[in-house]
Amino acid sequence: MGLEPGRLHFSWISSAESTKFARVAQEVTEAVKALGPNRHFLKEKAKVA
Amino acid sequence: MREYTDKIRQIARRLLEEGKVDRVIGFKKGSMPMMNEPCVIRRPQDADQLIWDGNCGINLANYLTGAKDKVGVVAKGCDSRNIVTHIIENKLDRDNVVVIGVPCQAMIDKRKIAAAVDGEISEVTETDDGKVVVRGNGFEKTFDRAETLQDNCAICVHRNPVICDEPVADPVPEQTDVDRYADIRAIDAMSDAERKAFFDDMFAECIRCYACRNACPLCYCPTCFVDESRPQWVGKGQDENDIRTFHFLRAYHCAGRCTDCGACERACPVGIKMRVLTRKLEKDCKELYGWEAGMSVDQRPPLDAYKPNDPDAFIK
Ligand code: SF4
Ligand code: SF4
Repeated sequence: MGLEPGRLHFSWISSAESTKFARVAQEVTEAVKALGPNRHFLKEKAKVA
Repeated sequence: MREYTDKIRQIARRLLEEGKVDRVIGFKKGSMPMMNEPCVIRRPQDADQLIWDGNCGINLANYLTGAKDKVGVVAKGCDSRNIVTHIIENKLDRDNVVVIGVPCQAMIDKRKIAAAVDGEISEVTETDDGKVVVRGNGFEKTFDRAETLQDNCAICVHRNPVICDEPVADPVPEQTDVDRYADIRAIDAMSDAERKAFFDDMFAECIRCYACRNACPLCYCPTCFVDESRPQWVGKGQDENDIRTFHFLRAYHCAGRCTDCGACERACPVGIKMRVLTRKLEKDCKELYGWEAGMSVDQRPPLDAYKPNDPDAFIK
């Protein structure tokens, strides 16, 4: 699809698992930050003549 | 093909005469070569309009969605699997439909034929010995039928209807030695950049006409996500990201449901081969869940059933 592996994450977290939620959020943020800014699937501003 | 046509007419006439159905959905000859039209027959005396040949690639299950009356429908293998999918998804009551089952001898590809001749085609006929004769102004060309098949028909492994009330002929032999996923594996093996370039190229010509969606029996939502404006999930223009979003999401909505009938590709005015998307999902469903869409009314599809041993390696 053009997105790099590691930019999209899935997890299953119950509403009772606050620590897991915090941990996963942190891991996802770090993993995505490490990849740098997204270059694919970006919509540029409409070109108006 | 002549026998198929005769038998379909005969069955349709009888069903209407006996009041078993209110209407029969089938094909009639189109006004252009290789373009048969879906048609609805309500009176026994009109049954002779029905025909069958290699140009019946449109999926008639598309016209059954939500039917409340008694309907007879002419169905190939793939169409019958879409009828099963309709039944599973509560879009159709099994008791309301009489399946006139056609053991399919594969459909011919109008684009392949048009590309193989110069000039406008005025007539295309299929012979009993497996040839396709194409005539136009000042030319006549004969092809082996096997070389003119639609891509999806060439790799089809379910030609015989899976549900059938009125068989049109004895079952045809199924193909067993086909590799359905050679091209999908090649795409899987591409690098990210190659794959992006592949899809950019594939969708470059898409004009967002949605013919592919409209031809598909699976796409029956009253308002499609692409047409919604509050919220607007996807932009409506030609931006490449919007085009890709439409195609990927459309394909995902068909996951575990697509029967590879090829109606989408057939309908596309610019010849986009979007079946690679649905076939990738078909391959995943088969490998992960051992699932093939529309094979039985008694089985729930993998996306609406939970099993403790469902693979979940992609979820943390
Ligand atoms: S996505 Fe295409 S091949 Fe699949 S069921 Fe719909 S029309 Fe047929
Ligand atoms: S039918 Fe073809 S051109 Fe139209 S939206 Fe589908 S892929 Fe695009």
